[in-house]
Amino acid sequence: MQNREILPPPMLRIGPLRWLKDNLFSTRYNALLTFLAVVFLYLTLHPTLEWVLWHARWDAIPANLKLFLVGIYPMKDVWRVWVCVYWILLLLGLSGGLWGRLAREAALIVGSGAILLLLLPFSWMERLWILGAVLGLFGGLSIGWLLRERKSWRKDVIILWALSPLIVVLFLGGLPNNPLLSPVGTNQWGGLMLTFMLAIVGIASSFPLGVLLALGRQSSLPVIRWISILYIEVVRGVPLITVIFMTSIMLPLFLPAQVRVDQALRAMVAFALFTSAYIAENVRGGLQAVPRGQIEAAKAVGLSGMLTTFFIVLPQALRVVIPANVGQFISLFKDTALVFVASLLDLFGMAKSILANPDWLGRDREVLLFIAFVYWLFTYFLSRMSRRLEKALGVGER
Amino acid sequence: MDCVETRMSDPIIVAEDVHKWFGNFHVLRGVHLTVSRGEVLVICGPSGSGKSTFIRIINRLEEHQRGRIAVDGIELTNDLRNIEAIRREIGMVFQQFNLFPHLTVFENITLAPIWARKVKRSDAEKQALELLERVGIPEQAQKYPGQLSGGQQQRVAIARALAMQPKIMLFDEPTSALDPEMIKEVLDVMGELAASGMTMIVITHEMGFAREVADRIAFFDEGRIVEAAAPVDFFTAPEHERTKLFLSQILHH
Ligand SMILES: Nc1ncnc2c1ncn2[C@@H]1O[C@H](COP(=O)(O)OP(=O)(O)O)[C@@H](O)[C@H]1O
Ligand SMILES: [Mg+2]
Repeated sequence: MQNREILPPPMLRIGPLRWLKDNLFSTRYNALLTFLAVVFLYLTLHPTLEWVLWHARWDAIPANLKLFLVGIYPMKDVWRVWVCVYWILLLLGLSGGLWGRLAREAALIVGSGAILLLLLPFSWMERLWILGAVLGLFGGLSIGWLLRERKSWRKDVIILWALSPLIVVLFLGGLPNNPLLSPVGTNQWGGLMLTFMLAIVGIASSFPLGVLLALGRQSSLPVIRWISILYIEVVRGVPLITVIFMTSIMLPLFLPAQVRVDQALRAMVAFALFTSAYIAENVRGGLQAVPRGQIEAAKAVGLSGMLTTFFIVLPQALRVVIPANVGQFISLFKDTALVFVASLLDLFGMAKSILANPDWLGRDREVLLFIAFVYWLFTYFLSRMSRRLEKALGVGER
Repeated sequence: MDCVETRMSDPIIVAEDVHKWFGNFHVLRGVHLTVSRGEVLVICGPSGSGKSTFIRIINRLEEHQRGRIAVDGIELTNDLRNIEAIRREIGMVFQQFNLFPHLTVFENITLAPIWARKVKRSDAEKQALELLERVGIPEQAQKYPGQLSGGQQQRVAIARALAMQPKIMLFDEPTSALDPEMIKEVLDVMGELAASGMTMIVITHEMGFAREVADRIAFFDEGRIVEAAAPVDFFTAPEHERTKLFLSQILHH
């Protein structure tokens, strides 16, 4: 008889030299490519790194950090921004503890980012604020972790998230005749804070609008179908910058003189309108990917058209278009830089206005590199989260 | 035999001269059929003869273009209320199961009762458990369809259809997509359902099942019912040449 025991798979132990040989020098052609790549990296990275480490004058960044982060928001009111940051981080921590997996990873990445910030040359006051943020995040995480068995808390946390926009607007915008929260117009919001506001509001409103447009495009009512198609095709045919111009400069011409729409809000409307057309096209692809058998099965168990769309079609359609939609949201995040045409000073606008200041003449490379890095940091975080979300939802496994 | 007599006099599905075209292609060419309450009708016939199309017309997944069909006294017309009323009376099981992959087994079964029949959630869940017991897989309730074998998935599909408490069950080749060793577990569930008095129309080529469970077998060819008879007569004394040919092909392997 043969030995019929179940054997463990053979151990694979590969040393670094072996790895190099297998992956970088497996054939003569591969070795040549490796060599060329190394030469190329050396030629490009060496001078860049040398410049970054020795020649660049980074003093413009710490000196203007407040401008980069919150723009010309009044100095005495900056604590209100911190309150909002604390609020969001606390909620993020709580969600991370309660839901685990995805939310926890998000909380951990943000937390480690904040700890890294502590190492940078901030003033002691600022470090204290950041430390508070880290504590808030991990405090929330621990509380959430302790409460994770009590499912009712999840609903409460969702309600708190839903209240967040209100709280943020209240704290940042203030109230008339309130000594503690004096009004701060959106023309004084700026920097990274404004970039975030534009992106988050843009994402949160373009998504439902895009889904509705995609459904409208498939509607059996011709009028709704035509309007949706017209909207999608027109918006996709024009550059974003013209849409921003339209809402920020031309919108007031169409509205009665008494109606004054806030400048930042107009920009948000532009992003929402523009992005929703692209979301609609993505979602349409997802809708078409849902097999006909699913809809027939839903009809056969007696679900109405609306219930079928809501419970059967959309969940499956939206799941397959997560990557495409996150890509769209990443574009939106970066495209917020275009609001300078509406004279708003977001992160990019702020950089431009700092560079216009004679004190910081000739720091273009440093400042632009810095804000590019900040944009990259957040978009990378987004795409990483989307990959995790795909995994958690099992995209591409069925 | 008394029982059979009363059953035969109580029709639940009446189809008269049903025609259907796909474009220029004349799929159904005048189907006449009456199914009685509690009857189990097996439909067989060559591929492409219109069997699926016909039973899909019964719950309005397809529309017929000529003739009339009434289900439990309700005429099949374009009236949306009629369509929904008829779909509530009829459960359907598909060849490819068509379970909802993003919902658990339990959610697959409770979704329609809760939202379309407006049953209380707790009642729907109690019923779902009973149904899973009945089809023999109560332990799979929290899994997703993708984690089950084909036979288990098809039994979930049967439970999902039964959860709407239909008066009629339609089966479109329920075992054709299954590996051989799983066919029996599904046929057993269907046999029990038939014994409980459910009205059933079953498209299948499982002649063993037809012989044991069917009250009547209908042979479909080129968009018509060529002949319909009790199993004994159907197998021993088929009237039409094409039925004989079909039977000899299907029974010879
Ligand atoms: N949606 C459709 N559009 C066009 N032709 C169809 C459609 N559905 C079925 N058919 C055609 O109608 C004929 C009968 O199909 P079907 O009812 O599925 O046959 P069966 O179930 O008996 O194999 C086949 O030739 C098939 O190709
Ligand atoms: Mg068929």
